[in-house]
Amino acid sequence: MTAATYFFAILFYAATALLVVGLIYKIADFARTPAPLLIPTTPAPTTTGGMVFRMFREVALFESLFKANLWIWIFGWMFHMGLFLVLARHLRYFTEPVWFWVALIQPFGLYAGFAMAAGLGGLWARRFLVERIRYISTPSDHLMLALLLGIAVTGLMMKFVMHTDIVAVKAFFLGLMRLEIQPLPEHPGLYIHLALVALLMIVFPISKLLHAPGIFFSPTRNQVDNPREARHIAAWASEFDGK
Amino acid sequence: MAGPEIKAPAFREFPTIPALQPGSMAGSQAYVASEKIQEAIGFQGKLDDDWQVTHDKAIAKMGDLLGKYRGLKVFMDSCVHCGACTDKCHYFIGTADPKNMPVARQELMRSVYRRYFTLPGKLFPSLVGAKDLTREVLDDWYTYYWQCSECRRCSVFCPYGIDTAEVTMAGRAILDTVGYGQKYSNEIIGKVHKIGNNLGLPGPALENTLEGLEEDVKDATGVDVKYPLDVHGAEVLLVTPSADFFAEPHIESLIGYGKVFHAAGISWTLSSKASEAGNFGMFIGNYDQLRKIALRIREAALELGVKRIVVGECGHAWRAAYAFWNTLTGIGAGANDPFAIELQKQLDPNYKQPSHICEVTWDLIQQGRLKFDKSANDDRIITFHDSCNVARASRMGDYAGGQFDIPRNIIKAVANNYVEMESSTIRETTFCCGGGGGVLTDELIDLRIKGALPRMEALKHVADHDGVNFMATICAICKAQFTKVLPYYGFNMRLVGGVHQLVSTAIKLGDEQ
Repeated sequence: MTAATYFFAILFYAATALLVVGLIYKIADFARTPAPLLIPTTPAPTTTGGMVFRMFREVALFESLFKANLWIWIFGWMFHMGLFLVLARHLRYFTEPVWFWVALIQPFGLYAGFAMAAGLGGLWARRFLVERIRYISTPSDHLMLALLLGIAVTGLMMKFVMHTDIVAVKAFFLGLMRLEIQPLPEHPGLYIHLALVALLMIVFPISKLLHAPGIFFSPTRNQVDNPREARHIAAWASEFDGK
Repeated sequence: MAGPEIKAPAFREFPTIPALQPGSMAGSQAYVASEKIQEAIGFQGKLDDDWQVTHDKAIAKMGDLLGKYRGLKVFMDSCVHCGACTDKCHYFIGTADPKNMPVARQELMRSVYRRYFTLPGKLFPSLVGAKDLTREVLDDWYTYYWQCSECRRCSVFCPYGIDTAEVTMAGRAILDTVGYGQKYSNEIIGKVHKIGNNLGLPGPALENTLEGLEEDVKDATGVDVKYPLDVHGAEVLLVTPSADFFAEPHIESLIGYGKVFHAAGISWTLSSKASEAGNFGMFIGNYDQLRKIALRIREAALELGVKRIVVGECGHAWRAAYAFWNTLTGIGAGANDPFAIELQKQLDPNYKQPSHICEVTWDLIQQGRLKFDKSANDDRIITFHDSCNVARASRMGDYAGGQFDIPRNIIKAVANNYVEMESSTIRETTFCCGGGGGVLTDELIDLRIKGALPRMEALKHVADHDGVNFMATICAICKAQFTKVLPYYGFNMRLVGGVHQLVSTAIKLGDEQ
């Protein structure tokens, strides 16, 4: 058993703990903060079902972004859908036997890796080429794209250039899930890939990646447009009534 | 006045996005409120002499708002700087100042949020664009949070629904807390509390105005149309922006409301206590002021014993009425608490409470209770400017988007010539007039002219191609703003008017009902 094996085992336990605890904390924080006034961006659905459908279109199709800017939509949607398929494809490293639908999407997940990298490349190019976006970009915006692109490229490298022993990798992760440490293959590409993934998990709850849970709590999108039919009042505001 | 002559920007041949001109609007600042104005509405009079005290108060207020408004918290955390909003703000299009891009306007606050409320901002400020709150940053807040009209156009396009209006409101609330208020808005709020309306028109003057109006309408039509004030037991309480009482073209719509009620035989009244529908408490993001100003209408409704509450042509007032009155005052339906039920049991459940005057008129038209001579409007070729707060922050009628159809339906029912402006400038993607959200003040005229550019371009197009000579709108601020800026773009100031001005022209007041 190499030192690297222990290092990555500890790293992934720590990263998972930080990701889960951090996300639970932030989601609880979003959820318990009241929304005192109804502020859906109208025209907005007048029923809960309609609101859920609006949220679905927003999350799955990036409807508002589509209206805003076709280039950002193409690159952004390509990256996110690619990432989604790639993540689903990676479930095979954590399940035994591999779930039916995970086996089914394996070939698609492969192309999705390229889509993901291409989308990231497009988004990153905009940060240099479009003056307005260059103006608003911070160093962390560039680093975040570098991190994600690094994950995509090292992943694709292992598939197409420098293979690693994925059976051993799977044994390592299944082991971690049973609190057993199995040897991780010695492979520089794998080390970089895993280290970047762990870093992504760690920064998720303290960075702009919070847009993922954030959208579900966005009052302009998740509120139903019914202020005349139902009285909406936050706890801190209701105490004023009658005073 | 000395200084360079203010000119409108040139119409763009193609609607290209301007190249950035950093700092181009840094010198355009609204007048700061005096101590007297601030203290009259319970705000700190001026900034503390010790910067550290101001700094601490501002950060504490920000923490307070982050704990009370989920929107603000989610919006601070969620932005990824994708750039979708960067070309959507009329002030950016007109001024090219990058701090007028919605994301950059938000970033003025978000950079401070990161520094004081997030771990990466505390540890690696320059990496994540976090900034200490300094006097310069606070001045930037003042400058640019008073260059936002809270029109919400950016929120339509943001993939996370981030609404810059909410950030602007929070910024203004913090500025008020530390004694750095805006003269125009805070002075008006003082007048509402002291006199009852934004324009400071006292009760007796209002009575005289309405009597004069009755005489004018009698002279023009030969019919005794009443404009009643403080009538107990009237069915309808009409609450309208106070500009409707004497400003042009606003008063033409007020005349129209009266004719509609007269023709339909509905008893109605105005209130000297609630002689203002506008609510500048919304503009400054202050829940307490928003509520206190709205409560005047509840009190007037209870005192007068009315069955229905109807709101006149005013954009932000309709947002406050439609979206917030039920929450703030119980004007609405569906409550199960004693405070709201006290009023709701008095109001007639057969009508939407509150109703927009356009909903009332359209319902009457559909019921066949109003008759028109459409040819009376034949000298007009009409287009409709959607006002931002009606379009993106409220609704009319029973379905989403009714706020777009109902005013248009009315226009088409009372006039023969109607033309639509370019589709990306109307309905939910309408452009602000350039004067909303508390910037309708003379010292910001440069901003107001430049901010009107996208709307003026769309208007120019239909004026040149279709001969449009009347732009109807249902907002007192739009009317005042356009009256002022139209001439800068080579249009006649009388080109703007109300929807009920058109109704007023065509309605038959005889015995048709």
